[in-house]
This record gives sequence, C-alpha cells and structure tokens, in this order.
Amino acid sequence: MAYKIIEKRQLVPDVHLMNIEAPDVAAAAKPGQFIILRIDEEGERIPLTIADYDVDKGFVTIIFQEMGKTTKQLAKMASGDELQDFVGPLGKASEIEKIGTVVLVGGGVGIAPIYPQAKAYREIGNKVISIIGARSENLLILEDEMKAASDEVLVATDDGSKGHHGFVTDLVKELLDGDEKIDRVVAIGPPIMMRAVAGVTDPYDVETIVSLNPIMVDGTGMCGGCRVNIGGETKFACVDGPEFNAKDVDFNLLMSRLSLYRKEEMDALEGSKKGCGDECKCQ
Amino acid sequence: MSITQEMPEQPAEVRIHNFEEVALGYTEEQAILEAERCLECKKPKCVEGCPVNIDIPGFISSMKEGNFGEAIDVIKRTNTLPAVCGRVCPQEEQCEQLCILGKKSEPISIGRLERFCADREREAGVKDPVVAEPTGKKVAIVGTGPAGLTAASDLAKAGHSVTMFEALHEAGGVLIYGIPEFRLPKAIVKEEVEYIMKLGAELKVGYVIGRIKTLDQLEKEFDAVFLGTGAGLPKFMGIEGENLNGVYSANEFLTRVNLMKAYRFPEYDTPIKRGSNVIVVGGGNVAMDAARSALRLGADEVSIVYRRSDEELPARREEIEHAKEEGIVFRLLTNPVRILEGENMAVNGVECIKMELGEPDDSGRRRPVAVEGSEHVIDADIVIMAIGTSPNPIIFDGSKGLEVTPWGTIVVNEAGMTSLEGVCAGGDAVTGAATVISAMGAGKQAAETINDYLSK
Ligand SMILES: Cc1cc2nc3c(=O)[nH]c(=O)nc-3n(C[C@H](O)[C@H](O)[C@H](O)COP(=O)(O)OP(=O)(O)OC[C@H]3O[C@@H](n4cnc5c(N)ncnc54)[C@H](O)[C@@H]3O)c2cc1C
Ligand SMILES: Cc1cc2nc3c(=O)[nH]c(=O)nc-3n(C[C@H](O)[C@H](O)[C@H](O)COP(=O)(O)OP(=O)(O)OC[C@H]3O[C@@H](n4cnc5c(N)ncnc54)[C@H](O)[C@@H]3O)c2cc1C
Ligand code: SF4
Ligand code: FES
Repeated sequence: MAYKIIEKRQLVPDVHLMNIEAPDVAAAAKPGQFIILRIDEEGERIPLTIADYDVDKGFVTIIFQEMGKTTKQLAKMASGDELQDFVGPLGKASEIEKIGTVVLVGGGVGIAPIYPQAKAYREIGNKVISIIGARSENLLILEDEMKAASDEVLVATDDGSKGHHGFVTDLVKELLDGDEKIDRVVAIGPPIMMRAVAGVTDPYDVETIVSLNPIMVDGTGMCGGCRVNIGGETKFACVDGPEFNAKDVDFNLLMSRLSLYRKEEMDALEGSKKGCGDECKCQ
Repeated sequence: MSITQEMPEQPAEVRIHNFEEVALGYTEEQAILEAERCLECKKPKCVEGCPVNIDIPGFISSMKEGNFGEAIDVIKRTNTLPAVCGRVCPQEEQCEQLCILGKKSEPISIGRLERFCADREREAGVKDPVVAEPTGKKVAIVGTGPAGLTAASDLAKAGHSVTMFEALHEAGGVLIYGIPEFRLPKAIVKEEVEYIMKLGAELKVGYVIGRIKTLDQLEKEFDAVFLGTGAGLPKFMGIEGENLNGVYSANEFLTRVNLMKAYRFPEYDTPIKRGSNVIVVGGGNVAMDAARSALRLGADEVSIVYRRSDEELPARREEIEHAKEEGIVFRLLTNPVRILEGENMAVNGVECIKMELGEPDDSGRRRPVAVEGSEHVIDADIVIMAIGTSPNPIIFDGSKGLEVTPWGTIVVNEAGMTSLEGVCAGGDAVTGAATVISAMGAGKQAAETINDYLSK
C-alpha cells in the first residue's frame, strides 16, 4: 500500500507539516492518538502524533521535527511522493470530558498534538487556556490555529523574543496561583518540559496529563519496547497510553530509555551523509 | 539403508557470522535414498502424528520414483505451507515420533522430505491454483500468521471473497517477525503469501483491527470473520531492573532483527544493541532464536539461562543442538533474580540463583526450587526475556460479547466458532503460544466451519 503526501509545508526551521492521504485512518482518528509510518522498504517505523484529520477529504495531518535519519529523510519529501506505510490510529484516545477549565501546555512540536485536543475540549463546552512555548519566536508553531481553538493563548519563549521571557512552567504556575479554578492540565512536549510541568502542578492537586514518547517499534503492544513505569507498574505506552497521569510517571526512566540508540542514530545519520549518490533523497 | 540421510548444513564456525539458512536441504539423491527407506505401511502411524494428516506414505511413494511434482500435490491437499512446515515443525514429536521405523532404527526424516518437495516446486515455479466459482460471500481474516494464512487460503479456494488484515507491514505473523532468516528464509514466507493472493485474496497491511476498525464493524461489513491474532504480548518476570537499557523482550529483539532487518543496519534504518555478553532467559524455540541471533550480531558470549534441566528444555532438539554447536552457553537450573544497573541506567549484569528440581507440579514437570545462598552474578550488557507471551488484547477493543478466558485467550467450540455467530478463531490466540502446525490445523478447521456457516 502507498500513502500519498498531498500537502507539505515547512512551518518553522526544521519543523514540517504534512497531509497524508489515508481515508480509513482519518475516519477512525481521535485526539491523543498517533500513527507509525515507514518511508520505504529499508525504513524505520517511527511514531508521530495525529495533529489533525479531515474525514471528508480523507487525510491525516502530521507535524514533525527533524531529529535524525528518518525525520530528515521525510523532510526531503514533497507533495505527490508516497510513504510505504502509515499505520493508525494507534494508542488510546484522550479522555475529553466536560470538566470546566482546561490548561493545555505545548512545548516545541508538542504544540501539534495539543491542537486537536484544544478543539475537542472547546467543542464540548470547556474553557480552554493554552500555553505554548518555544526556544524563540521564529520556532513557534501553530500560533494562529491555537488562537482559533482556545479561549486564551499565552506564549513563552526561552529568549524572550515573544510573550513571556522564560519557560511555559512559569505561566502554568501563574495560572494556578491566580483566581481561576483550573480543573485539568495537559502538557505535551519534550520529556524535560513535561517533568517540569508535573513538578509545578504537583502541590496544587490538579489533575495533570502528559503524553509519553518512548521509542516504539510495532505500536500494537507486541514488542514491549515502549515500556514505561507508571506508579511502579510497567505499562506499554503504545496501548496503555500514550497519555498518563503525570504524577505517576517515572520520567528519569523515560529519558534514559530514549537515549538507548544515540550512538546508532548518529551512525545512521553519518552513514546516510557519506554513502549516498546524487539521487539520494535523504539529504 | 536403515539409517537416515544427514542434512547438509553450513558449518557452525561459518554460520555464526551470517544470517543465511543453516540447514541446506537434501540433494535429489539423498531425498530419493531417504524416501526409499519408507515401508509404506498399510496403517501408517506417521499420519496419525501429523496434525493436518498429510498422506505421508502417499507423497513419499511418489518421491521414490522421482515424481516430485506429484508428491507436492499430495502434500498440498492438506498442507498449504509445506516449505514452512518442512523447516520448523517439531516433526520429532509428531509424525516422526510415531514412524514404525523409529522403533528399530531411525524414523524417516519426513520433515526434510516435505521441505525438499516444497523447495523443488518453488524452484520449478508454482502452478496456478484452481479456485471455485465466486460465492459472493465476504470473509475477513484478522492476523496473517499460519492460522490466518491457512484459513484465507482454504476460504479463497472455496470461492469466497477474502480480505486479510495485518497489523504489521508484512504478512506472515511470527514466521516473518519472530523466526529468524537462518531458520526460515523470509522469501519463502513471502511466496506463500503471494500464492494466497493469486487465489484472489486481498491483503491490507498496517491495518490494526480494534483501532482502525472494530470487530463489531467487521462483523457488519463481512459475512464471516476469522481471528488469527496470535499470542504476541510479551511477558516479563517482574524482577528488579527489568526496564534498564539493554533489557529486551524476545519479541522486540527478534522483530528488530527479522522484520526490520536490524542485522543489516545501517543499510536498513532500524538499530539494535549489539552486546558483548548476552543473556537470554528461557528455554524454548524463542530463546534459541534470540540467542543465536545475538551471536550472529557479534556477541562474544551468549548464554541461555533456564530454570530447569536440559531434559525439560522446551525447544526443538535440533535447535538446541544447533545452538550448542554454535557455542551458546547453557546455564541450566539457573534463574535470574535481579538485573544489575551500571552507568546510564544500562544493564551491567544479572544476579542469578541456582535451582534444583523438586516434586512434579501441575504441568507434570518437576518444579524448580531455589537453592538458598547460591546467588551469583553473570556479566551482561544485554538481557533478552524469552519467557512467553499471551494473546494481544487490542482486538477486543470495541467488540461486545466476545468471550475470553481469564488468560486472555479466545473461547471457541470444537468447530472453532467463538461466542459470536459467524466469528471463528484459531491458533495461538485460542491456545496460547503453540506451534505453526497447530495454528494451521485450527485455520483449516475454522475455514470448514465458515464454509458450512456460509452455505446455510
Ligand atoms: C507516541 C509518539 C508520538 C510522537 N509524536 C511526534 C510528533 O508529533 N512530532 C515529532 O516531531 N515527533 C514525535 N515523536 C517523536 C518521533 O517519533 C521521533 O522524533 C522520531 O522517531 C525520530 O526519528 P529519526 O530517525 O528522525 O531520529 P533518530 O536519529 O532515530 O532519533 C533521534 C531521537 O529521537 C528519539 N526517537 C528515536 N526513535 C524513536 C521512536 N521510534 N519513537 C520515539 N522517539 C524516538 C530518540 O530520543 C532519539 O534520540 C513521537 C513519538 C512517540 C512515541
Ligand atoms: C521466535 C519464535 C520461534 C518459534 N519457533 C517455532 C518452531 O520452530 N516451530 C513451531 O511449530 N512453532 C514455532 N513458534 C510458534 C509459532 O510460530 C506460533 O505458534 C504460530 O506462529 C502461531 O500462529 P498464529 O497464526 O496463531 O499467530 P501469529 O503467527 O502470532 O500471527 C498473528 C498475526 O496477527 C497479527 N495481529 C494481531 N492482532 C491484530 C489485530 N488486532 N489486527 C490485525 N492484525 C493483528 C499479528 O501482527 C501477527 O502477524 C515460534 C514462535 C516464536 C515467537
Ligand atoms: S510410519 Fe514411517 S515407514 Fe511407515 S509410512 Fe509413515 S514414514 Fe513410512
Ligand atoms: S511499541 Fe511495541 S509494545 Fe509498544
């Protein structure tokens, strides 16, 4: 089977959006779920969150950051090209109920997965306050979309080039210290950021949900490679998650397991720089 | 005349450096010599030992005359995957165990003869299959392991419109993702799948039932459904250190190696940790496959850690022998109690305890008991857990009324029908981890049941 890229756009340096033609996946997709794609026969299976989907037009939107071999190769592809595999939707859908006021925190490409949640929470009558952050203004994605999907959007940049000068956690703390009752916090981004948000919300006793991104292979509960420690129990992020209650998550384990293939990943990247001829698409 | 023909093999010191097939197959002369030993018994015991009742003396008789085309036709009447079965079936416990000749000397090497016929046919080009008139009925097959492939093939031959759904990106189940290339070349599995496609079946890969479509939806869209989803959920021991970097489930390790071709990294993009000291926990075929794969990836030492003795090792004898020849260390009557942590949350060793065998337990095997004070540490940088699997529950998401046991296996009646009308199941999803041929037997049974059901 082949899955056509019907649109591709660079959002900010190193971050790209793609709409992939996959009507069956689009029809079943829900916020919080992800897909696993493989570019070609030799390719690795990589998981990416479903950032949006259009059931009528039959496509799924992914937003990805160039990290290593596969995401860099993907970034070189153009609309009209085809992916070999596009499996999904995988993982449990987010539990989106009417609970009152929800704070959605997105860091870096983590803004992509909170976007469909913002829409879904708002649609059923929650008040949605979104906090989005990036290192710098020129790396901030989906600001307009988030504004359209939220009641309020707060921006933080590490270098102060836009919005609050500092981390998203500062803004989370300000909100929790404010007058408004916050019923839930959902934070998605790099593990370090999610751990920091969990640390901030902990004393406030507000339910905090994070989306974990361990290394995966099959995404169906078969390999056990995505195991995470949740409240002392081993869970498989691909089927039991990817969303979990932040207070139960062993972030140190998550981060250490993410570094497992660092050397091999570097080798793959090096290898692809050296070995390919002129027709190579990965550079 | 009375002793069996030896199977030509790659020498151990060569094969531990490659992933090519270990057993090379009989030559034509050997195949005929071996076939000639068969007594063509009037009441052939061997057939009773075959879960799909291949007419064994029948196909061997054709072989004696060098009529290999006829031989394969006989086999294929009851077995759709002979090249697979000829390689991985536990023949020594099935047909060959009951062979009359085994009483006096050595049994006929039925499996090797089956393999020979299948390989011969493949080299010559497989004949186009005969398919019945279309019935207009639609059947969904979920999972494309040996159970699903067999059911699909029989149902397609019967003229039904068959669609196979597979969660992974290739069909074949364990045959593709679990059993390594050096025991079962993937090209063979692919050809078997292509054969089923030639029968008119459709294949949708990367299609996870329970997620993209629920079982309920399939029941509405199809006239009948077969569930052959296997037992793919890995078990862990629950010991300290099991989540450290370098601890793999056998499924992950083997999937990276086989399905993702990590042994050809970086030509293929999927990485795998190549350890120097590898410990594999368990004693079945899965453990042997993991250990021998790790060795081929370049480990200095690979050990099997198993809590019972050599006699109880559940793996096929042939594979145990192969592993020993290759230099896999067997640490028997040994059980891991803790995985030790080194730098960066990586594995640094395994603390094990010695075991002795006590009274028989429920399974009839003598129960291993820990010897107090016998704790010792084995160096390791990779630990592979090969202690079993259970059915993958993802299929149950969004299905109402499918009865399952407390162990997560699907409940079926003797015809293979589940608690849902028109939904059959078979293979490891029903029995728990078992064998290729038992999965195929279940697939056949289910196809018959579905045929009956659809003709009502
Ligand atoms: C459920 C889930 C959803 C995700 N959603 C997104 C998303 O929407 N956008 C996005 O940009 N990224 C997302 N990721 C991360 C993305 O999968 C990795 O960035 C990608 O696999 C890196 O592949 P690579 O070959 O380019 O880089 P590599 O060179 O292979 O790796 C670079 C780094 O990426 C991480 N990584 C590698 N392989 C995986 C893997 N299979 N799964 C997770 N992390 C891995 C490791 O930390 C590694 O150090 C998600 C991960 C998960 C598990
Ligand atoms: C490493 C290893 C070595 C083995 N060696 C031997 C041997 O030498 N001899 C022997 O006889 N047996 C051996 N076995 C056992 C044998 O392979 C299995 O008993 C047999 O494959 C079971 O067949 P099955 O069709 O029931 O399931 P599987 O082969 O497990 O196939 C199930 C398929 O269903 C798919 N699936 C699961 N859920 C879904 C879903 N929801 N939607 C879509 N698809 C789904 C899976 O991806 C998989 O492809 C071995 C097993 C392993 C793991
Ligand atoms: S039991 Fe042995 S000798 Fe007799 S028919 Fe079967 S294979 Fe031949
Ligand atoms: S990715 Fe294999 S079990 Fe989760």
